[in-house]
Formats: sequence, C-alpha cells, structure tokens
Amino acid sequence: MTTSASPATTVQRESAVLPGQGGITGALSDKFWRNPKLLLILMLTPPALWLGIIYLGSLFALLAQSFFSIDEFSGMVQYELTLKTYGELFRPANLDIIIRTVSMAVIVTLAAACVAFPIGYFAARYARGKWKALFYIGVMLPLWSSYLVKVYAWKLILAKEGILTWIFTKLHLTWLLEAWLTIPIIGGYSLSVSYTGTFLVFLYVWLPFMVLPVQAALERVPGSFIEASGDLGATPGQTFRHVIFPLALPGIVAGSIFTFSLTLGDYIIPQIVGSSRLFIGQAVYAQQGTAGNIPLAAAFTVVPIVIMGFYLWGAKRMGAFDAL
Amino acid sequence: MKSLLKSGTSVMVVLAFAASQAAAADMMTELGTPEGSVNIVAWPGYIERGETDANFDWVTSFEKETGCAVNVKTANTSDEMVALMNEGGFDLVTASGDASLRMIAGKRVQPINTDLIPSWSTVDDRLKSAPWHTVDGVHYGTPYQWGPNVLMYNTEAFAEAPKSWNVVFEEMTLADGKSNKGRVQAYDGPIHIADAAQYLMAHKPELGIKSPYELNADQYAAALDLLRGQRELVSRYWHDAFIQMDDFKNEGVVASGSWPFQVNLLKAEGLPIASTIPEEGVTGWADTTMLHAEAENPTCAYLWMEHSLSPKVQGDLAAWFGSNPAVPAACTGNALLGDEGCATNGFDDFERVSFWQTPVSKCESQGECVPYYRWVSDYIGVIGGR
Repeated sequence: MTTSASPATTVQRESAVLPGQGGITGALSDKFWRNPKLLLILMLTPPALWLGIIYLGSLFALLAQSFFSIDEFSGMVQYELTLKTYGELFRPANLDIIIRTVSMAVIVTLAAACVAFPIGYFAARYARGKWKALFYIGVMLPLWSSYLVKVYAWKLILAKEGILTWIFTKLHLTWLLEAWLTIPIIGGYSLSVSYTGTFLVFLYVWLPFMVLPVQAALERVPGSFIEASGDLGATPGQTFRHVIFPLALPGIVAGSIFTFSLTLGDYIIPQIVGSSRLFIGQAVYAQQGTAGNIPLAAAFTVVPIVIMGFYLWGAKRMGAFDAL
Repeated sequence: MKSLLKSGTSVMVVLAFAASQAAAADMMTELGTPEGSVNIVAWPGYIERGETDANFDWVTSFEKETGCAVNVKTANTSDEMVALMNEGGFDLVTASGDASLRMIAGKRVQPINTDLIPSWSTVDDRLKSAPWHTVDGVHYGTPYQWGPNVLMYNTEAFAEAPKSWNVVFEEMTLADGKSNKGRVQAYDGPIHIADAAQYLMAHKPELGIKSPYELNADQYAAALDLLRGQRELVSRYWHDAFIQMDDFKNEGVVASGSWPFQVNLLKAEGLPIASTIPEEGVTGWADTTMLHAEAENPTCAYLWMEHSLSPKVQGDLAAWFGSNPAVPAACTGNALLGDEGCATNGFDDFERVSFWQTPVSKCESQGECVPYYRWVSDYIGVIGGR
C-alpha cells in the first residue's frame, strides 16, 4: 500500500503556480511579473523625480519668488505674498523692455519665415543627391561653430568702419546706408549699435531653426497636388496661396516656436550688438545678479513663460504638433 | 517653505545687511608649518604663473620657497566671489570694495594679525586703514592693488587731454570739428551713476553731494537727469573690456570712461590712445587679499599675503594689469613696470579717486540714501530712454 504512489497526488503537487526561481534576479523577475504596476512605478520614478523636483520644483521656487517684494528702503526681500512686483512690470521702463523684446521676436520670426521658405522649397523640391547633402551642411554649419564667435564676427561686419560700410562705399551707396540709419528707432550711429544690427544677427543665428522644419513640411506636400492645381487652371500664385502655403504652414509655425522663444530669451546678442537698451533676458540677469532684486527678476521670467504659453496654444490650434 | 526660500535664495542679500558688528574671531598669533597648498579666489589675471606670458610669474618662486602649491579659482564678478567664499573650501580672496564689507559683515573672513606679516609696514599709508577692509580698527586683509577709472580718449580727436568729464556728459564739438554725439561711451553698470554724481559734485555744489555713493532723492534725481542727457550722446554702453577696445578701433568711439587695462593694451597696439584724470576726479576700485574665516591652510595663506606685498610681485602685477601697487617701493626699479609706470597708472592721484562702494539706504553723510537696487532699475530705465 505504501509503496505505490498514486498518480493523483503527483498531479496535486504540481500546482499552476511554479515555485520561485531562487536568486535575487529571479525573485525580482517573479515579483514584476506578478505586479506589472510595480515595474512601471520603478521605471517612471527617476524621470518623474527629475521632472518634478529638479525641473518643475526649481521653476516653481522661482515663480514663488515673484510673489514676494523688495523693501523700498532696506532693499531686503519681504516674504509676504503680494502682487506689487508684478505691478512693477508695468512701470514705463520695464514695460518698454517687454514691448521691445516681444516686437523684436515677432519681427525676427516673420523675417526668418520669409527667408527660410524659398531655401526650404528649393531643398525639398529641387535639390537631389549631393546638392541635398550640401544643403544640410550649409544650413547646419552655423550651428556647429561657437555662438559667441559668430556674434563677435557680426559685430565686426556691422561696425562703423567694418566690411559692410566698405562694400556700401565701393558701390557708391553710402547715402542709402546713411538714410537708413537716420530713420528713428531702427537707425543709430552705425549698424552695430542699432536695432537693425541686432535684428540681422538674431535672424542669422536662428535661421537654421526655421529652415529645417519648413523644409520638412514642404517635403510632405505631394507633387501630384501641385500638378493637379495647375491642371485645374490655377496660376502659380494661386497654387502657392491655396495649396503649398496652407500645407507648409504647420512647418512654419513649428519653426516660429524656435525663433520666437529663442529671441525672447536671449541676452548675449543684444549685449554685443545693439544700442545697450535691455531685453528681457538682460533685465533678469541685471536684477538678480547685481541688484539682488530676485522678486522682480522672477516676475520678468514669468513674462516669456506666459507669452510662450499663449503662443503654443495658438500653434497647436494651427496644427504645428500634428506631425509629432 | 518660507524659511527654505529665505536661506536658499537670498543668502547674499541677508549677508549684505546682517549686523556689521561682527565680534572679532580669534586671529592667529603664530604661524605653524606650511600645509602644502593654498586656495585663492581671484580676479582673472591677478595671479599669474607665467602661462600667459613667461615674464609675468609671481607664483612659481613662492611655491619653491614655501612648498605651498597655489590653486587659483577665478571669479568674474564681486557677487561670484561672495558666493564662492560662502561655499567655503578657499583660503584667500582678492575682494573689491563692495564685496569686502559684505564678507566682513557675513563673517566669511577673519581678522588678520599684521605682526605675522613683516611687509605690512611697507604698505602704502593711504591704504593701511582703508574703510573697505578695516572695521572698528580691525584689519581684515592686506591691500593688493588699486586703480582709477580713467578717461580714455583718442589723441586724433583731442588736440590736448580733455580737462573735464563734460566731453562724455554734454554735447559739444570736438577738436576734429565733429560733434561728440555717437562717439562717446559710458559704463554699462548702475555704478556709473556715481560718475555722474561726481561730475555734479564739482559743477553743481548747491546739491550738496558729499560722496558720489551716498545720494539723497534730490541729488539722485539730478544725477539721473544728467545721465538722460548722456544717453543722447552714447551709441553703445560698454560692458566688456574687449568690446570697448574694439569700439575704439572700429566704431569711431573717441572718448569714454575706462580702465588703464584697455588704455595700455590699445597703446601697445600703436593706436592713438591716451588717458587722463579730469579735474572732477575719478571713481576707482581697490582690492584686498582677505583670509577665509574657516581657512584650512592659514599658514600658507599668511605666507602668500606676505609674498603678495613684495615689491617685485606688486610691480609685476601693476605692469600686467595696469593697476597701482599697494606698496610704494614697487614703483621704483621694477623692470616690467618701468619708472614711469606708477605715474601712468595714476599712483599719485589717490586723493582724487572715489573708491567704489555699495550704496546703502543708511548712509553716513546724510542718513537716508537711495539704495543700490534702485540704482539698478533706474539705470536700466535711463539706458532704455526713460
């Protein structure tokens, strides 16, 4: 009786759940298999902490500062919630800085779109083989060299006694340059100390960020659409307005996000080329670095965040993120 | 949260205004054996070991003699220096007038025992008890170098040296027959308001300005008015020494407040540039070598302070930086500086220099003054055309 083990008991011992595999990796593997959510939590925690504490945390610490104010007499920061610092943003001098920066960002973005479109169009529809490679190198090359070197080079090009003035003199066009510089606001003593100079440098430095998305958008416009438009009797102008431009618009909007936000935040270019009138980035630097007025610096930082919030909302509505 | 923000982000502000009656920490009474190294926070170009130019080396010999390896951390602004010293891990700092008092108030530096520095007696009497490193009769460091903010000008535009700062403050026709509009520069920092105040001290005595760093509301408003007029003349405010030099070379700028550093470099390139100290006087800076309150290598630090006061080091540094030595003996017999070097850099004009200090609301001369943070926001407005 005792010698014969019944098959039934053997089956009972082998239950559906296998015994643990043993070892740490084995145990962990089993645990993850049983609780898929645990693995998910473990994998997501580090990036969530990074995003939550390092990135958002520091951002909110900064934003919180903007609700404090600086004591008029002692210059000490007062830790009481107030909107006074935001009120200071509307002082004429500070409002000037905001208007100046936003206008520059808008103009740079529009100009970049106008310059980038033909370049992108050529690259997308005509350039083939090695020309396409050359296009990519040509557009990307400025991004590989040092930003500062480029800006200093531009300072020399635009200087009163620089190469641009020399070219204008050789072409007997000095009068044109002089006339341009006498225009109020955008003119100045020389190109390198005028808004025109600042604008040109911004345009040059940020152009690649516009060309690439525009080119990508134009690549996706099917050639058959353009042929069909022509077959149906549309003039080239009508084809551009009703077919090519609307289809390329998401690319332009995507590029404009780069050019607009980069211009909004830059504080190096206006310091080297321009009339010394501050842009938002420089104002933040001056207020927190030397003045110790951290609340006002924080309030200034909020301005581009709010503007970009609206901008991105508008861009989303125009379909800039559809391709993402 | 409140206390976290307080301690985290406004350490500097708090330190700046902390009670200045710091109880004197225990100063050293005798030197021990050299620890083998010394860590210094310094302005760029202040501590040279012959790597930029083999002639300018005042570190190698010190390391050989004392066995203290010198480690230098350069800082570009006074705020950066204060931050590094707050962080700790350094023994010495070459602090300017604005940073030095902040660090004394914040107890980041300790009093020094001048008996342990044999060369102390050779220090310029004008600097020995200067208010930017001496508080209540206690010395918090050894003077290192000082210099004036001179008026740099182009000798082709000016037949003779300008006598007054009015060439950068008021529109006029220069000796070359053209207006100064667009051809002058001013410093792109709020401290330039002090230069305007100094000009008003001489030209509008009825305002009663006693110190260009201590201005009441009326005096301050007058200085801002003067600067608004200057905005019409200035095409670009200078911020970076090398950009200013480029503007004198390529942008047709002929006059500006500047440092001897730029003047010497432009002269060395053979350009028609010279500098002068106008009748109103000038503003200037004076730096002090200060010892960290928790210095880990105090003996090496004391040895460095002694070494830094030797005429050779002082003279070489003055030649290199375009500054003035804190030890008068350095002015004679230094090959690099030359016998004219001190006169060129403004050594004899000490009395005419108003040394840089941070404007505070509680000022000595008149009780209530406009504090520095307002200088910052208002100067931004002036440059922006307000």
